Amino acid sequence: MSPSVALQEMIRAIRSARTQCEERGVIQRECAAIRAQFRQTDNGGRSHNLAKLLYVHMLGYPAHFGQMECVRMIASPRYSEKRVGYLGAMMLLDEKQDASLLITNSIKNDLSHSNQYVQSLALCTLACMGSAEMCRDLAPEIDRLLRSSNSYIKKKAALCAVHIVRKVRDLGELFVPSARSLLSEKNHGVLHGAVVLITELCGRSPETLERFRKTVPDLVQIMKGLVISGYSPDHDVAGVSDPFLQVRILRLLRILGRNNEAASDAMNDLLAQVATNTDSTKTVGNAVLYETVLTVLDIKSESGLRVLAVNILGRFLLNNDRNIRYIAMTSLQKIVGTDHNAVQRHRGTIVDCLKDQDASVKRRALELSLALVSASNIRSMMKELLIFLSSCPPDLRAQAASGIFNAAERYAPSKRWHIDTILHVLTTAGGDVRDETVPNLIQLITNTSELHCYTVHKLYRALLTDISQQPLVQVACWCIGEYGDLLLKGECQETEAVQATEDDVLDALEIVLQSHMSTPTTRGFALTATMKLSTRITDNVDRIRSIVSIYGSCIDVELQQRAVEYNALFKKYDHMRAAVLERMPVIQKNSLGQTNGEVSEETIKETQPGKVKQEEAAQPQQPAGQVVDLLDLLGGSQEPLAPSSLISITSSAPITATGSAGGDLLDLLGGLEPTPLTPAPAMTVYDKNGVTLTISCEQQSDSGLTVMLTASNSTDSDISSFTLQAAVPKSVQLQMKAPSRDSLPAKGAAKLTQLVVLNNPNKVNLKMRIRVSYTSLGSVVQDTVQVDSFPGISAAGL
Amino acid sequence: MPLRFLLLFSRQGKLRLQKWFVATSEREKKKVIRDMMLLVMPRQPRTCNFLQWKDLKIVYKRYASLYFCAGLEEQDNELLALELLHRYVELLDKYFGNVCELDIIFNFEKAYFILDEFLMSGEISETSKFAVNASMEQADTLQETMEEYMNKPAY
Repeated sequence: MSPSVALQEMIRAIRSARTQCEERGVIQRECAAIRAQFRQTDNGGRSHNLAKLLYVHMLGYPAHFGQMECVRMIASPRYSEKRVGYLGAMMLLDEKQDASLLITNSIKNDLSHSNQYVQSLALCTLACMGSAEMCRDLAPEIDRLLRSSNSYIKKKAALCAVHIVRKVRDLGELFVPSARSLLSEKNHGVLHGAVVLITELCGRSPETLERFRKTVPDLVQIMKGLVISGYSPDHDVAGVSDPFLQVRILRLLRILGRNNEAASDAMNDLLAQVATNTDSTKTVGNAVLYETVLTVLDIKSESGLRVLAVNILGRFLLNNDRNIRYIAMTSLQKIVGTDHNAVQRHRGTIVDCLKDQDASVKRRALELSLALVSASNIRSMMKELLIFLSSCPPDLRAQAASGIFNAAERYAPSKRWHIDTILHVLTTAGGDVRDETVPNLIQLITNTSELHCYTVHKLYRALLTDISQQPLVQVACWCIGEYGDLLLKGECQETEAVQATEDDVLDALEIVLQSHMSTPTTRGFALTATMKLSTRITDNVDRIRSIVSIYGSCIDVELQQRAVEYNALFKKYDHMRAAVLERMPVIQKNSLGQTNGEVSEETIKETQPGKVKQEEAAQPQQPAGQVVDLLDLLGGSQEPLAPSSLISITSSAPITATGSAGGDLLDLLGGLEPTPLTPAPAMTVYDKNGVTLTISCEQQSDSGLTVMLTASNSTDSDISSFTLQAAVPKSVQLQMKAPSRDSLPAKGAAKLTQLVVLNNPNKVNLKMRIRVSYTSLGSVVQDTVQVDSFPGISAAGL
Repeated sequence: MPLRFLLLFSRQGKLRLQKWFVATSEREKKKVIRDMMLLVMPRQPRTCNFLQWKDLKIVYKRYASLYFCAGLEEQDNELLALELLHRYVELLDKYFGNVCELDIIFNFEKAYFILDEFLMSGEISETSKFAVNASMEQADTLQETMEEYMNKPAY
């Protein structure tokens, strides 16, 4: 057969292929030739073939047929073949391949080879792809090599031991004595390996960490030697003597000094010396300084040293090199929680970094700036952050917007400022804000009654300029609907008033309704707002009627339903219209920034178009949302609720379902008190037709509660098939145990008890709806009762 | 510092060297390579050399037409990683004499051997500049036989 070309010829041939197809052709031919060659016996060119295969593999083509060849080459006595064989093993074999086990024996033999380069090949391969079994098999060999007299082998054995310890934790014990003795070596390579091995051992097991604490003086000594020593051409990098070793020792000192006074004291001098003596003009010096700073901040260092460290970070911030500024900000981020004031001093520089061109630097600066916002600097910081928001890259927008909201919520100096800030964010980055921004803002607005006029004027103006940002449009529509009368009055103290006629306002809303940019949600807002205006304006009620009736045949089901109901409101219930559409009550302020995440699942409910019941005294009701919640749990086959008046007003403010879920802050505080475990007194929740139901509760744990339901019958006739069903809010878990009996004899002869176990991990306000059903005197009776407060639970508890 | 991987790729997106220091599946390797290229190649010249990718820190440096890209773990020192990449380039330069991308393409196995002398288990195994090259020379002498000598092209 034709001899295949040598390695470099093949590479040249592949590179000169002009198309992918041509390249594939060349490679296929070569692979075929290589496969044929592998099948033949030894012909001296084996290493070339394997090398060719490895090149092809690097280009991305399959090369698994070379695995057995690797195994054979490794077993060959020739060094050149071993070399390529081991390289092939590292590239083609990994722990999942069966062939990897076959080389264990070869590695074992090579570890005891007379030539150190062969030994090093074996060590290197084991460290690269050694599986757990291989490591276990060969660990004693490695330990023996750690004690050899050859530094070349020792340093490699140390790093191989590192790999073994990473793979099989228990083998760490084996290497502890040798690691300890390696620290007295002079050879930098061996020292480095030893330090890495000790770091790895300490990281895996706290007992070993304790034992190695005794080495701190030795490490300090070595480090001092490095720092003070003169120029050594072998290890010097730009004036710093062996920075790699220095950094590793510093890292080990950090681990050893953490949470330990004695060890930290021993290092103080050294760290101060390194921090002051290291030349910081080049990257390498800064690398050592960086590691020193990290160490100082992590151990129990004295305060002078800490100040020095933070100052070094401050100096880094002013450095021209972007890399250094980046890592300075990363480190400051880590300590902003503990050394807040120290970091505050550098706030100006950090804020300047927001304007940097580089995306990585910007990201770090944003995170750090958000962490530095406090009550005293909120105004200036917010100005900077808003400027940043208008020019920031799109992937950072969402983070910036939510950070700004959090900061504004926590530190807003005045309500007006708060509203202004939120409006500003909505106009600049409206598309990237989270969903609960709209209800939060609406809640904020309703809470600030003195600013209603100001807000509605501002929003109206914003609406006229731009209707593309959906959250802004939604809030604007809602406000115009609610406070339309204030808008039309045309006067406002806080800001320049907009002179708008009723037609203008209705025009604006109609534009929103008809625009292609508006989402269905937004149009829902707009339609409701239009409807609300019907009670707040005088002249154009007919126009409103016509708008509303047009949407009665809209394709979107939500809009259609709303329109039809509003039509009904005009036609049949006109007398109630004013009452139905009057001002919303102030929404409970209950969610804090931090708890936004967990509260949102139960709070955000899109508005449900309600059914206007005939005999209702129309009153907008807050608990509407909660009831919907509990209804969901009772399932579809329930009859409509007993005649409690419920209209969920089709207002566009999604009401937080669980009324005061943000007693959450109180919960956090309340949870610290020991909850009383004494059984609580019983409370009667239902008493009708002679059937009484009482409940008593016992708090079992932080979130667990057992409720005992007791029923008794005081009538003259027996009651049979007595059942109880219970429903609780969504995040609460319920488990009902079997009742003690299922009938209630007359005149309270016996009571029925049933145990209910509740688990309330989210600590929501606990409510329970209980349905009672029984047969008495031949007829089935069903009744429902809601329990809003449970006896025996502290208000700050569950 | 435990490196997770070290990649060399050209500005046209061709991989020239890949070294993985943790066990990774083939699919995972391909994905990482693709992601690194997408992250690193569009970067502007004078920007920061550090990136965040998933839970790893990525340090990259461009030398002539090659990108050297290393993946580090959370607690590692990025500045030192830059020094490490620079040291590797210096070693290659010393060995090949004014190294360029072609040297690494045509002698990729040598580049790997140098890397294995310099790094092991994701850590530096030899901190001395001269020792690595000395070992390479000695190992090469072991390897030099008549047939290798004959097969080496003179260019």
